[in-house]
Amino acid sequence: MLSSQSDRAGFLPLAQLPSLLARLRERGYQCLGPTVERGAIVMRELEPPDDLPRGIQAEQTPGRYRLTSDPLNRYFAWANGPQAIKPHTFAPKESLWRAERDEAGKLQFAAVHPPALRQAIIGVRACDLAALALQDAHFLREGRRDAHYAQRRDHLFLVAVQCAEPASTCFCASTGDGPTPTAGYDLALAELADGFVAVAGSGQGQAVLDDLNLALATPQQIEAARQQGASAAAVQPRGLPSRHLRDSLMSRLEHPRWDEVAARCLACGNCTAVCPTCFCHAEADTPALDGAASEHARMWDSCFVEAHGHLHGFNVRADIRGRYRQWLIHKLATWHDQFGRSGCVGCGRCIAWCPVGIDLTEEVAALTEGQP
Amino acid sequence: MNMSNRLDAGPPHAATVLARIQESPTIFTLQLRLDDAAAQAAYRFAPGQFNMLYLYGVGEVPISIMSDPEERDLVGHTIRALGRVTRGLAALKPGDRVGLRGPFGRGWPLQEVGGCDVVLVTGGLGCAPVVSVIHYVLRRRERFGKLVIIQGVKHAEDLIWREQYDRWAKLPDTQVLVAASEGAALWPWHVGRVTELFNLANFDPGCAVAMMCGPEGMMRSAADALLARGLPESRLYLSMERNMQCAVGRCGHCQFGGAFVCRDGPVFNWGEVKALLAHKGF
Repeated sequence: MLSSQSDRAGFLPLAQLPSLLARLRERGYQCLGPTVERGAIVMRELEPPDDLPRGIQAEQTPGRYRLTSDPLNRYFAWANGPQAIKPHTFAPKESLWRAERDEAGKLQFAAVHPPALRQAIIGVRACDLAALALQDAHFLREGRRDAHYAQRRDHLFLVAVQCAEPASTCFCASTGDGPTPTAGYDLALAELADGFVAVAGSGQGQAVLDDLNLALATPQQIEAARQQGASAAAVQPRGLPSRHLRDSLMSRLEHPRWDEVAARCLACGNCTAVCPTCFCHAEADTPALDGAASEHARMWDSCFVEAHGHLHGFNVRADIRGRYRQWLIHKLATWHDQFGRSGCVGCGRCIAWCPVGIDLTEEVAALTEGQP
Repeated sequence: MNMSNRLDAGPPHAATVLARIQESPTIFTLQLRLDDAAAQAAYRFAPGQFNMLYLYGVGEVPISIMSDPEERDLVGHTIRALGRVTRGLAALKPGDRVGLRGPFGRGWPLQEVGGCDVVLVTGGLGCAPVVSVIHYVLRRRERFGKLVIIQGVKHAEDLIWREQYDRWAKLPDTQVLVAASEGAALWPWHVGRVTELFNLANFDPGCAVAMMCGPEGMMRSAADALLARGLPESRLYLSMERNMQCAVGRCGHCQFGGAFVCRDGPVFNWGEVKALLAHKGF
């Protein structure tokens, strides 16, 4: 952001942040944004007078996530929470269709449509936007648009924020997806001491900016935002050795490291639940108690769950080695075949939320042995 | 094939069981007809494609279609009663209803055969998707060269459609080679591994297409044997089985490397999958 459109960048003083939300509400958007819930940043509906949490950082290391205080009392000094956009486009659980059976045993089927919502999400990060683009590629594939995903996606307004305080688990600079948002947002903000450099990334975003009637950002403010992004990239301690690990990993499918990581992995599926690009979902039926109807729903699933590889009479991935390998190989290797790039956007959530602190970047380093 | 867009991810169409045939103690065939006459009339599929069958209140299973594509008034599925849904489907009687959506995926490359020989290699219930090819070839006999049917089963009593194999074996230009790892009294065919029969198979490797369906270990051995006979890799196909839940390449369970088996398969050329098939766990 910022550099390419800096000639049109506005400056939103800190005190005017609530008016941004007010403008979005006037346009019919439900505003979701960061709230503190059970020790983590969670995107929930914000209610006027817009108590966005302030002065919070999210300290993250392998297997650990703690909110701490931000000495600079900023609004967006937390790097990320366990989820951002994904639950609002790809619902964790939703009905797809419903079957009814009459007394004669005749079946009738009807599609179930999700509610039409207009949601704005405030505070999404560059990694979240990159992940959303990948989810779009999957769920909105040409000729096979998923109606449920599309219904939510089509009415989404995204206010992105530049990351100034990446967590130690963040490695978006190495995947090329952050820390400064460059595409996929309606509005992007960079938080400075006294306000936000704001740029629009869509016509709708520009209309909201116009409504706010902001002063132009000064060259100094734009430069400060640019420097902030550059230093947030420079401080990230982790990284992947390459953005093209496909061939390297596919040549190491029987590497002893898979056994080693399998011995530590609990196959709990936390990594897939917090991953913003994971799209696997199960389908299951719930009959009504009176037997007259049954709902067919989909819900997030994980390749770490034994049932994921279940076939008629046997399991493709009966052991954890196979499941961890399936996840990593899909994410970093076969994703290239499906979507033309890796499925990892460097958000680091799988590292922080892994109960035993398995670090994807460390596993990749061990697997590729310095030869990516 | 146009139906795949209309039946998409759901909801299914209601279908009625026309007939239920017990093929073996655990294997049965359901002949279905869509309740909506227009939908039934418009229903088209290619051998090797599959449908999602829905048992009311329980769930869906992917089942390959074994009837003939030109048999327009019914859709046939041969099923082994094994899990929650298939055991429930086994209990259905004529007149009962199920849900059906499909057909899905890529079927057998029957157009590529030209006038060449057709070699069918199946193991266990793998014979169901391939039986539709046998019927297809026999009804259009003049379009194909020799037909070689190679079928392996674990136990002799697992062989279904036994009379049909006897009948096929008597047809001109048709060879039937059957093996059971464990034989039984009056078992007329080979006892041992099915791959031991490949040297007996009578086909022209320079003008043949082979189609395999069954356990992956069996298919790997069969591929080695067929390639050793001189069949080009580009003429060797197999049908893959994976966990299919959405059937439209979305739910992720059936991924095999970068392929979604439900959408990009279930029929693949050997060259597309051989590298990954060498590794267990994908």
